[in-house]
Amino acid sequence: MLSIKNLHASVEDKEILRGINLEVKAGEVHAIMGPNGSGKSTLSSVIAGKEEYEVTDGEIFLEGEDIGELAPEERAHKGVFLSFQYPVEIPGVSVTNFMKTAINESRKAKGLEEMPANEMLKLIREKSELLEIDRKFLSRSLNEGFSGGEKKRNEIFQMAMLEPKLAILDETDSGLDIDALRIVANGVNKLRSKDNAVVVITHYQRLLDYIVPDYVHVLYNGKIVKSGGKELAYELEEKGYDWIKSEN
Amino acid sequence: MDLKEKLLSSFMAFEERVDVTADLHNIRTEAIKNFENKGFPSKKEEAWKYTSLNAVLKNDFSVFPKKENALSYAEVKKYFLHEIDTYKIVFIDGIFSSFLSSTTHDGLDVCLMSSALTKPKYKEVIDTYFNKIAKKDDSLTSLNTAFAHEGAFINIPKNKIADKPIEIISFSTGNEAALMVQPRNLIVVGKNAQVHIIERHQSLNSNPVLTNAVTEIFAHENANVDYYKIQNDVQTANLIDNTYISQKRDSNASVHTFSFGGNITRNNLNFFHEGENIDSTLKGITIIGDKQHVDHYTLVHHAQPNCESHQNYKGIFDGSSTGVFNGKIFVEKEAQKTDAFQQNNNVLLSDKATINAKPQLEIFADDVKCSHGCTIGQLDDDAMFYMQSRGIPQKEAKALLMYAFSNEVIESIKIPELKNRINKIIAMKLGVSMGFDL
Repeated sequence: MLSIKNLHASVEDKEILRGINLEVKAGEVHAIMGPNGSGKSTLSSVIAGKEEYEVTDGEIFLEGEDIGELAPEERAHKGVFLSFQYPVEIPGVSVTNFMKTAINESRKAKGLEEMPANEMLKLIREKSELLEIDRKFLSRSLNEGFSGGEKKRNEIFQMAMLEPKLAILDETDSGLDIDALRIVANGVNKLRSKDNAVVVITHYQRLLDYIVPDYVHVLYNGKIVKSGGKELAYELEEKGYDWIKSEN
Repeated sequence: MDLKEKLLSSFMAFEERVDVTADLHNIRTEAIKNFENKGFPSKKEEAWKYTSLNAVLKNDFSVFPKKENALSYAEVKKYFLHEIDTYKIVFIDGIFSSFLSSTTHDGLDVCLMSSALTKPKYKEVIDTYFNKIAKKDDSLTSLNTAFAHEGAFINIPKNKIADKPIEIISFSTGNEAALMVQPRNLIVVGKNAQVHIIERHQSLNSNPVLTNAVTEIFAHENANVDYYKIQNDVQTANLIDNTYISQKRDSNASVHTFSFGGNITRNNLNFFHEGENIDSTLKGITIIGDKQHVDHYTLVHHAQPNCESHQNYKGIFDGSSTGVFNGKIFVEKEAQKTDAFQQNNNVLLSDKATINAKPQLEIFADDVKCSHGCTIGQLDDDAMFYMQSRGIPQKEAKALLMYAFSNEVIESIKIPELKNRINKIIAMKLGVSMGFDL
């Protein structure tokens, strides 16, 4: 599904990613953990195609296709989804209208007709129930005045609507109380299938109790310094990141 | 001969051509004298610091419309709000077109200034209202007054709710190589009466046009007036709009100005309060590019206690376009408990675009709430990336952001079909088609 080879990326001439290698197969969940400033969010932004990051070396493949030169929307059309750590507030655009636009632009790119309105409504209803989202919420301006939990739930709602092949969840657990965490994790688990893959980026092990990873990678100083099974997350939780720092 | 001389020397001939009452002659004569003294405004004047008329005034404008150039409805249908039934007062090259118009005297007067100025039955209204709030010392207003002859005359008697919106549309056909027109509108809205008015100036080809319009609006006790100005003209058309609104107690008046077209557009919008508990709304959306220029010069004069004013102007500037927002709020000593709000937000889409924003608050009362905010920004990169990451292409994402940015103003349009129309014009301006209305 996702194959990253020797990825180097900088922002304003400061190198943040220093040679990342990562293989994620369809049906798998990978967790990327690491201390603050290790490059976790940069990695997710680079995969999604944020322009202010300059890829200086290396390649990113999605299902065997090099997506490194594609615009963010083109990557989205190919099935990349990024759940933002800090979802952006867009006053004046309702959640529903935003999703309509996103879905229809995606369909347009694939040469499909716009989704009929009744089908769209049905899809919205179905997916909002999955995330336990109140219908009133859908007519509010996107992320404006949303609580931390609402923002994250809305991110996963969008993921459910767009049905990506590769979902990257950037610190989706931050700012969530335990109930919201459960709803969000439950949503993600229901969307998992043998045909898609999830990359969970997190600082803490907590989320991984709910979204159980097949592999855990530790990112430090822009490199993956350790990989293992889900037990690695517990080990990290126990020993703390100093353990990684002292070894590197 | 420059334009000023041409206008001055045309004045006598003009007065010979049109019917003149003694009162009107005096008003016009006084006005032409004032224009003669002051001339066209220059950038040396503080109020015109950022807007220069010099290049426009070099055109050899015809100042008298010669003949009516007939237009078929099909040719111009798209400029009307044709989805709904409206009253229409239509001018072609400054001359009334009875064919395209739909006027009335049935319960309300929607008709012509030229007949109101001369017919005895309107004398009382004209004596009471004509040229009463238009600024006497303003050179361009004076110029309009001197040649005041044609325009819209609307009189809504007390307790009357106008049954449909009124459209005032001025077409320029290019019949003249360059044309100057000076429409003069008078709108009187009686006690408890209500009306929606839409005004539009539209050139049908690229011959230069200069419109110097004056509109006086009187909103009586508890009246409701909503006025919409659609400025989406071709880029050889220039508009100086001078609108004066006087409000009596408990009245509501709003002016929405949608400036999307034209070469130079200057909107002088003035509100005067003559009673308590008045509500005034001034809103605008400007979306321009190339070398277009739009200048909003607003004044809200709070003279009485317990009144509110709300100003909200949004500007989006691309290319080498320039915008000006000069918003003055004047609160007199008597005007306690005034609640005056002013907001002006701008987005510059290009390095060459400019906005000059100047809020001016002069407050002489001590118990008031006055707030103003002005922002000038670029497109939010984070918001763009967020939308693109959801599959929305850059152009559409940009448009969606611009829509959202303008939405506060769009949503207060009270005629749904007009709201639709404005949405469509904005989509066209932004080069996208949107599957929904925000």
